[in-house]
Amino acid sequence: MAVSQLIGARVQRREDPRLITGHGRFIEDRLPVGLLHMAVVRSPHPHARILSIATEAAASAPGVRAVLVAKDFHAQLSGTMPVTPAFAPEKKYVPERFPIASDEVCFQGEPVAVVVADDRYLAADAAELVVVEYDPLPAVVDPEAAMVPGSPRAHVEGPDNIGWDMTFDGGDIEAAFARAEVTVSERIWQQRLAPTPMEPRGVLAEYSPYDERLTIWLSSQNPHFIRLFISGAMGIPESRVRVVAEDVGGGFGSKISPYPEDYLVPAAARILGRPVRWIETRTESVQTSYHGRGQVFTAEAAALRDGTLLGLRLTQVLDLGAYHGTFGAFQACACLMAGGVYRWAAVQGRTIGVLTNKVPTDPYRGAGRPEGTHLCERMVDRVAQEIGMDPAELRRKNFAREFPFSNNFGLVYDSGNYDGSLDKAMELVDYSGWRQRQAEGRQQGRLIGIGCSTWVEICGFGPSEATAGATGGIALVEAAQIRFLPSGSVAAYVGTHAQGQGHDTTFSQIVADTLGIPMEKVELRHGDTAEGPSFGYGTYGSRSLAVGGMALHKAAMVIRDKAQRLAGHMLEVSPDDLTFEQGTFSVKGDPSARKTIEEVALAAYGGKLPEGMEHGLEATSYFDPPNWVWPFGAHICVVEVDRETGAVQVHKYVAVDDCGNVINPMIVEGQLHGGIAQGISQALYEEVAYDQDSGLLLTGTMTDYLVPTMNEIPALTLDRTVTPSPTNPLGVKGIGEAGTIASSAAVINAISDALSPLGIHHVDMPASPDRLWKMIQEAES
Amino acid sequence: MIPAAFEYSRATSVADAVNQLRTAGPEAKVIAGGQSLLPMMRLRLAQPGHLVDLNGIPDLDYVRVKDGSVQIGAMTRHATLVRSELLRANLPLLAEVAKEVGDPQVRTRGTIGGVMAHADAAGDYPTVALMLDAEIVTDRRRIPARDFFQHLFTTALEPDELVVEVDFPVSTGAHRYLKFRRRVFDWAIVAVGVQRLGDGWRVGITHAGPTAVRAHAVEDALRSGATPAEAAERASDGLNPNSDVHASSEFRLHLAQVLTRRALEQAA
Repeated sequence: MAVSQLIGARVQRREDPRLITGHGRFIEDRLPVGLLHMAVVRSPHPHARILSIATEAAASAPGVRAVLVAKDFHAQLSGTMPVTPAFAPEKKYVPERFPIASDEVCFQGEPVAVVVADDRYLAADAAELVVVEYDPLPAVVDPEAAMVPGSPRAHVEGPDNIGWDMTFDGGDIEAAFARAEVTVSERIWQQRLAPTPMEPRGVLAEYSPYDERLTIWLSSQNPHFIRLFISGAMGIPESRVRVVAEDVGGGFGSKISPYPEDYLVPAAARILGRPVRWIETRTESVQTSYHGRGQVFTAEAAALRDGTLLGLRLTQVLDLGAYHGTFGAFQACACLMAGGVYRWAAVQGRTIGVLTNKVPTDPYRGAGRPEGTHLCERMVDRVAQEIGMDPAELRRKNFAREFPFSNNFGLVYDSGNYDGSLDKAMELVDYSGWRQRQAEGRQQGRLIGIGCSTWVEICGFGPSEATAGATGGIALVEAAQIRFLPSGSVAAYVGTHAQGQGHDTTFSQIVADTLGIPMEKVELRHGDTAEGPSFGYGTYGSRSLAVGGMALHKAAMVIRDKAQRLAGHMLEVSPDDLTFEQGTFSVKGDPSARKTIEEVALAAYGGKLPEGMEHGLEATSYFDPPNWVWPFGAHICVVEVDRETGAVQVHKYVAVDDCGNVINPMIVEGQLHGGIAQGISQALYEEVAYDQDSGLLLTGTMTDYLVPTMNEIPALTLDRTVTPSPTNPLGVKGIGEAGTIASSAAVINAISDALSPLGIHHVDMPASPDRLWKMIQEAES
Repeated sequence: MIPAAFEYSRATSVADAVNQLRTAGPEAKVIAGGQSLLPMMRLRLAQPGHLVDLNGIPDLDYVRVKDGSVQIGAMTRHATLVRSELLRANLPLLAEVAKEVGDPQVRTRGTIGGVMAHADAAGDYPTVALMLDAEIVTDRRRIPARDFFQHLFTTALEPDELVVEVDFPVSTGAHRYLKFRRRVFDWAIVAVGVQRLGDGWRVGITHAGPTAVRAHAVEDALRSGATPAEAAERASDGLNPNSDVHASSEFRLHLAQVLTRRALEQAA
């Protein structure tokens, strides 16, 4: 065994020098010869019939090469944009979606025409000259209103607005409620969020008539799936489509699924025979990049007066927007995770996907798990409040403690230590001290609140048996390829792709350690479908390390095993008589007889190989995890609410998380900082708001859509426990979404706790000053 | 986020700028720091056909004290106001307000003249100007602040008229400006300024209507011996603020009162 040096070390991010010095390469940095620029004409209406589109004025504007509408694309693109069957085998109404509208627009921002011109300014100018005549139709804005029979329909041809409606039964819910001594119910709103990555979306496509190949540069979390979808729609063999995502300036889930522009740009490039690029503006980003959340839950919990949790019944009404998001149904996992870290007799979750005239929703950092955690943690606090028990104590009373733990839906939590993280968090935050300060503060009319969130998530997607059906056939395993070159440098390819996660660093740590070579010798490659294994499965759902990292580890082990056999041959001993340490094979009992792995690598390309051994030193491996992985932790937030203005101040935020073994603590902390910031931001700041009557977007700029800065996010106290996962050889889990999954509940529990002396039990998000002021006013009057 | 096409010229003096504005006609706009104009152009809410750039004019960037008045050149940046010892000694309220305008980029580029001419309802300097009876000096006249700000984005300026200076009375008494907002770099949802001047208080309110407001009712109450809490109840008198995604009209009225009381209590 190599002595592990890099795994677990706080290695500086290898990608940072190029990013910090301005040498990152994003879609806008690439300037092919003959590049044309596309602008998109979008519907200003949330719902309307298109009566006519006049393109003549735009077409004759300076520098314009083409103005294209739906009929121009029909010859280029076939089929409907994909919708995975995940979680909804009984999908009801799934409207067809062509990337550009022809007769009816169903959300504000839906494309109706594109203009391709010599530069971006000319394209934008000409786009204003396209005259579209619309006949406005009634818009459905509120998902609950959309469910009511007789509601206007999001699509005039639709039978109704129900995208899916299904119930997951986890135990005998009626029996659980029959035993209840206390029940609480709540209505919990999950506002829509705009992902707002620093780099908006962008697509650049070039079609080569010479060899009929299409290359797409795309800001994407998921290049191989996009290749699959675009090749199918454009009728080009998958092998002749190359999707390249170089640096990606953030995704948060919004760059998983295909978008209309991902089809329109390549099609325009093929029509015009020139490279075409479209870069999303910030306004387009807030308006048309798939939103997250957008759900309303009704929930009821049953318990005994001693704090024993019995049953949890919930209904998730999910605002799909105008079309099903490709992976949108994944968010229904909120139902399956609503039981959290607790032992319940029964949990029942009904999920209803509802079509509205808004941009589709799709996975956004956490995707269903923040919603499930928020709901569970809120309901547990409500029970505690109802029976007058300390919320931390009630949690402890109901924690799952035996692992593997099968939850009510048969999902098997691989490992956990929920007491451990809660103990540590309570100590770090000074829980009893704050309870005392809270009591003293209340005497003076101060509103101090303490909120816990003891969370668990399912991540590392995922086992082939469970995921192949959910995506419609392709299992979410992961692929890696490692090539040990004769001179000793190593190229490692993996099918995941980073958008800030630091895979260049962490994955190289794994490869370097496993092969016993310096990290500088490892080149990590990802994001280009022309390289490496045939398929990759992308980065989302905190899967990269637990699946992609394991594929790399597996490939490295294949190489090491072969190198050991070759080293044995070279040293004329049995491979079993060799030890491998710090990159050197040594004969047991005779350490002077040894070969470095670099020497072995060179030999692998030379003569005198053992009988039956092929040349070369490379391996392609697929890792199919036997289970998901289940990170967990405890977050505790202390807030104070200004009784007069409703302003919330976070006094303290402690997070003790457990993602199993850690490859690089600095990266883990960075992920937690970002994730927690996003959860706090949902709790306090961000909301995509639409006018409830007109359906028009109200928060279309960064002045109105409140992305916080470092000034708004409190100092975070982080710590961790380590409970290795038994699911994979390195014992790792995932950490990309953990902070977001945990934190909104901690903040809102703290605010609800602060306001509880006023008789307020629940606060919706975002907990804006205006909202809290009104609640306080009502409570006090 | 892609502005429409426009002509651009750079003025070398105030007279040159006025001349260029006249030549270019009503489609022309002046650009100083550009921190309000450029975002509006990028959203195509503003599509000026011609921009006359004032950044090449020397000698409009100064803070001077003369005859009991603090004179600030129109092209003086927020960041300069933050750093000015002279301003801190003679009009500390404005220096403190400048420190909380926008973010560092905005403070580095944005100018006091630009803020005045733009007349955003949520601008902070118009409130200070109004409450202190400042005068806006243009290339051709002096306009009292109370006559200058007419409505949202509307001032007494002629299309070819340039702000060259803003004159405030030296004000060294107790003061406070409280700005209520969601994020530190946001425009005020509501803000209140108070300044002890002579034998009375001056009180101004930001973003509780289309223009800044001087809270005469609060000033009068204080003059009649009301406590800060009593006087602050008059802060919402006559206000008619908008509702938007950040705050309802009722909340803005309430904030005007709360912030007025707090500002008076905290004034130092």
